[in-house]
Amino acid sequence: MTAMSLGCEETVALAKKIRVQTARMIHRAKSSHLGSAYSMADLLAVLYGRILRIDPKNPEGAERDRFVLSKGHACAALYAVLAERGFFPKEWLEDFYQDGAKLAGHATHVGVPGVEVSTGSLGHGLPIACGMALTGKRDGRGYRVFAMLSDGECDEGSTWEAAMFAGHHRLDNLIAIVDYNKIQSLGKVKDVLDLEPFAEKWSAFGWGVREIDGHDLVQIEETLENLPAVANKPTCVVAHTVKGKGVSFMENKVLWHYRSPDREEMSKAMAELGAEE
Amino acid sequence: MRGAFFSALLELAERDERVHLVVGDLGFGVIEEFARRFPNRFLNAGVAEQNMTGIAAGMALSGKIVFTYSIANFPILRCLEQVRNDVCYHNANVKIVAVGGGLAYGALGATHHATEDLAILRSLPQMMVVAPGDPVETEGATRAVAAHAGPCYLRLGRAGEARVHRTPIDFVLGKAIEMREGRDATLISTGGMLVTAMQAADLLCEAGVQTRVLSMHTVRPLDTVAIESAVRETGAVFTLEEHSVVGGLGGAVAEFLAENWDTPVVFKRFGLPSEFSCFVGSQEYMRARHGLAAEAVVLGIRAKMEKAQSLTAVAKV
Repeated sequence: MTAMSLGCEETVALAKKIRVQTARMIHRAKSSHLGSAYSMADLLAVLYGRILRIDPKNPEGAERDRFVLSKGHACAALYAVLAERGFFPKEWLEDFYQDGAKLAGHATHVGVPGVEVSTGSLGHGLPIACGMALTGKRDGRGYRVFAMLSDGECDEGSTWEAAMFAGHHRLDNLIAIVDYNKIQSLGKVKDVLDLEPFAEKWSAFGWGVREIDGHDLVQIEETLENLPAVANKPTCVVAHTVKGKGVSFMENKVLWHYRSPDREEMSKAMAELGAEE
Repeated sequence: MRGAFFSALLELAERDERVHLVVGDLGFGVIEEFARRFPNRFLNAGVAEQNMTGIAAGMALSGKIVFTYSIANFPILRCLEQVRNDVCYHNANVKIVAVGGGLAYGALGATHHATEDLAILRSLPQMMVVAPGDPVETEGATRAVAAHAGPCYLRLGRAGEARVHRTPIDFVLGKAIEMREGRDATLISTGGMLVTAMQAADLLCEAGVQTRVLSMHTVRPLDTVAIESAVRETGAVFTLEEHSVVGGLGGAVAEFLAENWDTPVVFKRFGLPSEFSCFVGSQEYMRARHGLAAEAVVLGIRAKMEKAQSLTAVAKV
């Protein structure tokens, strides 16, 4: 696929729509995790714009690629991209996280087309993705399984149980993307529980590893167009990202793991994103 | 029970290619035949129960019927959140099988005493909780959980238990089996205590107390119809389980009785105290020392009934 084709421009637009919708949702809901949603917004845009073999009209097709959002707290961005891609009406986004809403504050599959797995407690996504990938291989199906992980959830032992399993079973239809924004719940990853040498850990567990700039759409696409990264191995994409990426005053701040933008902050954010409030 | 489970599982696997077995690196000497005959449907996930359970959920969400297998608390408590979120919340077609329910591994120490499992699993939405009473019920339970579309917990004892059922049974999830008739009292048992319940009923019969015995192989959903009949027709209800008295069969029956009877019911739970055992021993030793031998159960039942009768007599005066 040619880089920066018209499709790529649409993908750029999709990334922006994700950020705008997500800010509106979190602002309306007075909820959290905007920074976590923004660090993976570009990755989601490429996945849902260019990579995933999925059909909003047939969200449960047997051959579909599976996307598991293991960092379920960043689900606002997932809901936004699913709505943009036509899995469900955009109006659903309006009561996200509110009384009686369908869309919960952590990824929820119940009654929400396109959400494969409910998550919210960390460290659950990769094991489930392993089960899906193993089944796909054993059944000779062509689908791929993508799991989006946070860096913080790489503290969880279950993530590494699954990492060891996938390497051992050579699940080359499995792709873990780690949104490595370097900030977890209470501080910098390197201060809380250092993951480094991070790429080497995945490599040592039997994965083919690619380190990329998680905000460079061309690099993301080139990486995800060439899977597996190493033949007969699962692929780990360590995506170096910036928490809160896209709105200057939110970037690289632990505060935006929690803070819900007030009206003034919304105005500034929308102006930076080039959108109406 | 273990042998009965595996022979039923092999039969199921032969008939239905969706049936998979995922083990947590346990089952030496019993899993080999399945692994040999169905290599593509067998998986040893290693000593990693959280991942094992997540994988099972992922496989089930891809159309499989997945049995996870380990011993005692390992496939349930070590990975309880995976059981709750990945299996139950997704209504995934996963059947969790634990061998060594209760005090089957009595000599191995408190880490291996699975004595709170019924209470914990019973509280999870979607979960069926099944503890068959003997090898015959185990066969029926294995087929029944496989046929049920959704999460199930199958609590087995160990290998080599005696058959209690002498004739073929119709095993239906959630429906207790009446083992013997009686009009004076009802003894409801779950899991491997069934043989003790039958012995106790024999002893009670000799003492003139005609005791109905119900095998409550399914703790959730509870067969409240059978309990209702027991109260109405026998007036006294006793529960027997190799499990803490907190929250298991006895707890479930107590909840039902407390909310549904306006008159007092003669009732007592026979089970284990809610504490870690400070001694170890064989299953038989452990049961006896905790007051779960037939003779002790009989004494407890008679004492409770006599007390109730004297209270009634006092009330009449």
